[in-house]
This record gives sequence, C-alpha cells and structure tokens, in this order.
Amino acid sequence: MVRNLKRKWLAYERDPKSFFLLFSVWFAAFLTMFALLFIIAYILIKGIPNLSPELFDVRYTTENVSLLPALINTLLITLLSLLFAVPVGIGAAIYLTEYAGRGNKLVRIAGITAETLSGIPSIVYGLFGSLFFVKYLGLGLSLLSGALTLSIMILPLIMRTTEESLRSVPDSYREGSFGLGAGKLRTVFSIVLPCAVPGILSGVILGIGRIVGESAALIFTAGTVAEIATSIFSSARTLSVHMYSISGEGLYIDQTYATAVVLLAVVILINWLSALAVKKTGGKKTDG
Amino acid sequence: MKYRKEKAMKLLFFLAACVSAAAVILICIFLFASGIPAIREIGVFRFLLGTKWKPANNLYGIFPMIVGSLYVTGGALLIGVPVGILTAVFMARFCPKYIYKGLKTAVNLMAGIPSVVYGFFGLVVIVPFVRENFGGRGMSVLTASVLLGLMILPTVISVSETSIGAVPENYYEGGLALGASHERSVFYTVLPAAKSGIFAGVVLGIGRAVGETMAVMMVAGNQAVIPDGILSGVRTLTTNIVLEMGYSADLHREALIGTAVVLFVFILVVNLALSLFKRRVK
Repeated sequence: MVRNLKRKWLAYERDPKSFFLLFSVWFAAFLTMFALLFIIAYILIKGIPNLSPELFDVRYTTENVSLLPALINTLLITLLSLLFAVPVGIGAAIYLTEYAGRGNKLVRIAGITAETLSGIPSIVYGLFGSLFFVKYLGLGLSLLSGALTLSIMILPLIMRTTEESLRSVPDSYREGSFGLGAGKLRTVFSIVLPCAVPGILSGVILGIGRIVGESAALIFTAGTVAEIATSIFSSARTLSVHMYSISGEGLYIDQTYATAVVLLAVVILINWLSALAVKKTGGKKTDG
Repeated sequence: MKYRKEKAMKLLFFLAACVSAAAVILICIFLFASGIPAIREIGVFRFLLGTKWKPANNLYGIFPMIVGSLYVTGGALLIGVPVGILTAVFMARFCPKYIYKGLKTAVNLMAGIPSVVYGFFGLVVIVPFVRENFGGRGMSVLTASVLLGLMILPTVISVSETSIGAVPENYYEGGLALGASHERSVFYTVLPAAKSGIFAGVVLGIGRAVGETMAVMMVAGNQAVIPDGILSGVRTLTTNIVLEMGYSADLHREALIGTAVVLFVFILVVNLALSLFKRRVK
C-alpha cells in the first residue's frame, strides 16, 4: 500500500502537469460540494431557530408574516398547473410516439417548439401571462392565470420525459396487445402507459420542483396577496413569491430565513422523490 | 361506435401535440404586438443603443441593461464554466464510487434550489463579503457574477458529465497505451472528444444566466447605468422588467415589454445557434 503510494508520487514528480490536472479536478469537485453545503448549512443554521409556531398561523398579518397561507397557495397552484400540463403533455407525447409516423412534420415542429419553450426565461413567461391570461382573457391577477402560465412553462418538461419513457417501452408489448385483438387506444392505455408511469412520474416531480421554485413568472400573473386563495379567481402568492416579498422589506430577515428553510425542505423532499422515481425506471435519468 | 372513439381520441392527442406550437406562436404574437410598436415609436437605435433609461423624461435606452446582462453573464461563465467542467470530469473519470452518489445528489439538489433562495443567500452572505473585502457597496457586477456562476454550475456539470461519459472507452485506453498518464489521457483524448456536448452545456448555462431574474435583482444593485467596474451596481434586461412593471403605464409599460422582446430574441438566437451546431456535429 505504502509502496504503491510512493510509486504514484514518484510518477507525479516526474510529471507535474498530471499532478496539476489531478489537483484541479479534485479542487473543483470540492468547491462545488462546499458551495452547496455552505448554502444549505447557512440557511438551516440561521433559519431553524426562527421556525416558530406563529409562522404556521392560518392568517397573515403585518406583525406576523405567517407562511402557511403561501404554503397552501403553493399547493393549490401546483395542483392546478399539473391539472393542465399533465394531460396535455402526456396526450402530446402519446400522439408523437404512438400515432405520428416516421418523418411526421408535427414531430419535428413539436420538438423544436418544446425546446424553444424550455429556453424561455421565466420573466418572459410572466409578461406573456400578464398580457394574455390576465388582460386579454380577463382572468385578472389570479391563481388561474398563474397556474396557466406555469403549465405552459412545465409542458415541455412533461412532454419530453413522457416521450422518452414511452419510446423505451418495447414494441413487442404493443404487438402482443394488437395480436390479442386490442385496438390502438386500448393498447396505449392499458399496455404502454402503465409501463411508462415511473418515467412520467419523474417528469411530473421535476415539474413540481420548478413550480415551487418559481417566482418571476408569478408576480405579474398570480399577484402577491398573502392570504389563502378562496377561489381560483383570487390573487395569491406562493411560498417563493412570499419569501421574495418579505426579504425585500428588510423588517423580516429572521422570518425570511425560516421561510427559506421550509422552501429548502420542500425542494429536498421533491429531489428525494424524483430520485426514487428514477430508481424505479432502472437508473435512467432525464435532466430537467 | 368503437371506431368513433378511436378517432376522437386520436384527434385529442393531436390537439395536445399542437399545444406547444400554439403556445410559442401566442407568446410571439403577444410580445411582439405590444413591444414592437413601442420600439418603433422610440426608434430602434435610440431604444437599443440609447444610454439613458429615464422613463420620467421619456428616455428609453436599454443599452446599459444589454451591457449589464452581458457583463453579468460573462462573469458567471468565467466562474461557472471552469469549475463546472472540471467537476464533470471528476465525476465521470476520477470519482471514487462512494463520493459519486453524494456528489450527484448535491448537483441535482443545486439545480432544484429556488432562485429566491439563491438570491437571499447572495444578499446575506456574498454582498457583505464583497463589501468588506473588495470595497464598494457590495451590490455589484462581481456579486451577481459569483451568484450566477453558482446557479449555472448544475446545468454545466450535468450536461458535460453526460457527454464525457458517452465518449467511447477505447479513446481513453488508446491514450494509456501510448504511455500517457490517467490524467493526460482524460484531458487530451476524452475531453476533446466530448467537446460538442460540453459546448451545449455551456450554451444552456448562458441561457440560464441571461434569463435569471429574481436572484440577480436581489444582489446587483439595479442602477440603470453602464457599470464602470466590477464593483459598481448593474441592471440586467430581466431585472429591468420586474423592477418597473408594477407601476408602469403607457409607453413606459410598452418599453418594458420591448425589453422582453429583446431578451426573447436573444434567447431564440442562442437556442437556434445551439440547434444548428448540434445538427452540424451530427
């Protein structure tokens, strides 16, 4: 062991460049890890002592900037966005993989537009949402406008992950189903889709992660009212928007730390769930 | 009956597949229809190259913001790209198994942290650090660059790692067989072969850095003037929109939408360049 190390060291002495390269990759990896751990540790250490029960009060007041309403709104807006994005995304992926033939034009167009959508900055989505959903369709600053905006934002993610997992279902499954006399629709719904569920799920979870973290697209679509939304037409802030609003006022630094802890906890939970879903698909990973 | 159901569902799926295209078209129509007239009214050159942004005096020049976006993005790349690529190399070729899992989880988690949390961290940690060690007010090009550099790390790392991992093993073995050390073999044969994938990762990183809004707004100072050094405040295209959209009206509002048009076109050009590049490589 020791002799081995010594031999290695001698080799590096003769070849300092190799040693420099080795050092730099270790250093970079260390830096990455350190940055993340530092951010998380800093937020947790500063935030956990401030996690008081008052912050989970149902009512938001200027004395007590409770985060519970925002948390509930986040949940509502997530559900609402998924309600739009998941059926459309899965339907689109089904058409593109199961119905469209080779060289179909729509496949190319859908691919290009989905890629374009996933590159658009969230503030541009926010502006579009405020022009189209809020003003043009007259939905006003509301949960609905926000959810529709977000659903366009996560649509490409859900489309792509679903498409990938549908494509990974072997053709022999489909042929077997056709051979037993099932129609196309039945084959898709009872054979192909069930096989693709874990992959679709990991896409949905990534989408949830984006929704939870989003703020720029929501300020001008869902607004910043800090109370629990009473209907889908009432304006409401999500947890990220809430954290942004109270951090800007300078009076609630402690509460901002606490809110950050809650946000981080949600994100860590989502990451864990998505890792679980990925494991179920057999280690295939799609980056979002 | 059954046949009709099949047809109807096929039509539904078809419509769903058209949604993404429809969304892109709608976004283009609504942004351009509200932004272009304003740009025309102000004058294309006065809008793009004007150095004064003073809505109260009817001066709408977004050149400072364009420069600001470029500075901040450039700074982020300077920090994020070397660290990102080296970390990707580490993960693909140097990493002991027991570290790999932790590092992979860390990178995924980094990608998932909301930008407000990054922004707040920047505000309470990086801003004071810069103020005390480099001078100035702390809210600066430097601060925003460091923060954005952190934020683009996961994008650069995961895309680069995938492409380094996809390089055939015999490239590496060929290097070893010629007497190169493990490090030289990786850096001189594997890394050049993964070039195009790494480039794609960097471009995605640029997209993320240019489009980032909230985190930059919290740490950049937001003065609408061309920064005269890395320690002076800066305003980017994205933050210009968020800062003033809330209270703007008429031409001011349309000028902000015009800012979004410029941003949108910029992102489209970057994406187009990337897909052209990908096609050429194929």
